Amino acid sequence: MTTRPAPPLSRRIGRGLVYLAAILIGLYIVIPIYLVAVMAFSPRAVVYAYPKPLLPTQVTLETMLFFLNSYGILDSVKNSVLVAVFTLAISLAIGAPAGYALARYIFPGGDIYRILILSTRAFPVVILSIPLITTYISWGLDDTTLGVALLHTAMALPTTILVTSSIFVGVSKDLEEAAMTMGCTRAGAFRRVALPLALPGLAASAIFTFVLSWNEVFGAAILTVQNQTLPARLIVQLNQSPIPFRFAGGFFILVPALVFMLFVRRYLFSLWGVKLR
Amino acid sequence: MAEIRIENVRKEFGKVVAVRDVSLVIPDREFIVLLGPSGCGKTTLLRCIAGLEQVDGGRIYFGGRDVTDLPVRQRRISMVFQSYAVFPHMTVFENIAFGLRMQHKPDAEVKRRTQAAAELLHIEELLERYPAQLSGGQRQRVAVARAIAYDADVLLMDEPLSNLDALLRLEMRAELKRLLEELKTTVVYVTHDQVEALSLGDRIAVMRSGEILQVDAPITVYDRPAAHFVGSFIGNPPMNFLPAQAVDGGAAVAVEGTWLALPDESARGLQRTGAAEVWLGIRAENIEPSGEPASAALPGRILVAEPLGSHILLTVRVGSALVKVNARADASFRADQEVWLKLNADKVRLFDKTTGRAL
Repeated sequence: MTTRPAPPLSRRIGRGLVYLAAILIGLYIVIPIYLVAVMAFSPRAVVYAYPKPLLPTQVTLETMLFFLNSYGILDSVKNSVLVAVFTLAISLAIGAPAGYALARYIFPGGDIYRILILSTRAFPVVILSIPLITTYISWGLDDTTLGVALLHTAMALPTTILVTSSIFVGVSKDLEEAAMTMGCTRAGAFRRVALPLALPGLAASAIFTFVLSWNEVFGAAILTVQNQTLPARLIVQLNQSPIPFRFAGGFFILVPALVFMLFVRRYLFSLWGVKLR
Repeated sequence: MAEIRIENVRKEFGKVVAVRDVSLVIPDREFIVLLGPSGCGKTTLLRCIAGLEQVDGGRIYFGGRDVTDLPVRQRRISMVFQSYAVFPHMTVFENIAFGLRMQHKPDAEVKRRTQAAAELLHIEELLERYPAQLSGGQRQRVAVARAIAYDADVLLMDEPLSNLDALLRLEMRAELKRLLEELKTTVVYVTHDQVEALSLGDRIAVMRSGEILQVDAPITVYDRPAAHFVGSFIGNPPMNFLPAQAVDGGAAVAVEGTWLALPDESARGLQRTGAAEVWLGIRAENIEPSGEPASAALPGRILVAEPLGSHILLTVRVGSALVKVNARADASFRADQEVWLKLNADKVRLFDKTTGRAL
């Protein structure tokens, strides 16, 4: 065999353009994140300086600590974590069985059910805000972490259900049936075979829910007064805050989403039915 | 080990009747093959036996024990799936040991029997591996080892060889036959491959449209098909079918004007029904072609002559019908040549034109 002939010039230019576009889009996203990170770990003098340095000259935790120690921030971080954990737990508890049912059983109205699930996302929370808050007040759920978690669950459920259903579709029904022929109950087959195989995907879906709740601003802001989550607090506070505080807050709220992307990158594809494994 | 008795089992999916009131008795230790084209209900019947499908009517007994309403796990079956269904998150050892572990056998016994099953399938070197590290053929062996590692009354196999490539399938077929003869367990084996069915089964149940058309030993199914469909589905080439008329009071038939005297049994069948028009079925190897005219031989013209090594396969036009004929490998037949076909009357089968049933 001789060496493979080089692809024609037009093809090479086309491929180069695709890479160029990918790099530009990547930079568009990465540069602001990078600058925020640099500022968040620079001392105050550097943050106030103009023009600001593009490379970290002095690294310090001073700005971050200043942010975290500000009044109410740690409390709202705690609220955020609580809300996110509640949301994750409730939406998995409801969403995973629903997803499993969609994946395994053919039942009347299954397709309509799928569409209905998605259509709940068609209502913007803004429109629902007034009825929502009056209902919450009459139920005594206003200004509670559980209340925010319930709203976030409602927002996360459609994705949780559809994502878990596609995860369970990926676990062959034969595997569970094989376990049953060897002495497992229906539930035992699920626990011993389907669940372990679905676990990585379910974890990815859980992190997705966690980040959705962590980043959600509007609902949390209208539902809470004292027990604010971090985004709800920041949206109120950032405009009146010194610049270092803004950078530190921005960075702090960014991090979970970034870490999430690293973990679930390869599952994000399988969520939509494209298999990478 | 147990006899399987199936009584009037019916299974419907919506408006489709997948299994139509099937009755079948499979004696203890028999290897029976359910054979039929895709969609004939053979896999559904197997899944009804397994308990993976609930029957809509009828009863199923294992050795006198009514299992119709028992869940899968209480039926004491083992099953090999077409997809193998080997658990990807367990090692080969844990896969094979799964059934034994579910029966809470002591560790020493689990180890011993897992090892024994692995050795029977020649995969004892692979016990520590995960399925993703195995080839398709090796995974297939794991699936079989897993099914025979624990005691089951009945071994069910759903097209276990159909995902293997042709060469591996031949090898595995022979090995399965040897293995299952040693095990002496009751086996129900589903396949759409007639060669597999002929080579493996003690008996073959040929199915079509949710019904069993014939249950017999392989050679009987091949030689004396009970229905037009059975003859056309089994054998390569399939049985030839020629339109024929009853003549001489049912003692003979006329094919394209040529009279063929019938042996007593066929003649009685024809006379009993009193049919005027029938299908005459005959296999390629029961026709003797000749270059010379002879009495009671059908005249025809060779369309294609295919030398296949062991014999020459002729495609002959007789009237409006095409007939496949096996000629000796050393015969000199060419396309476009005139030929006279002598049918072996003892091997002729007659079929009703409307029902397709053998007379």
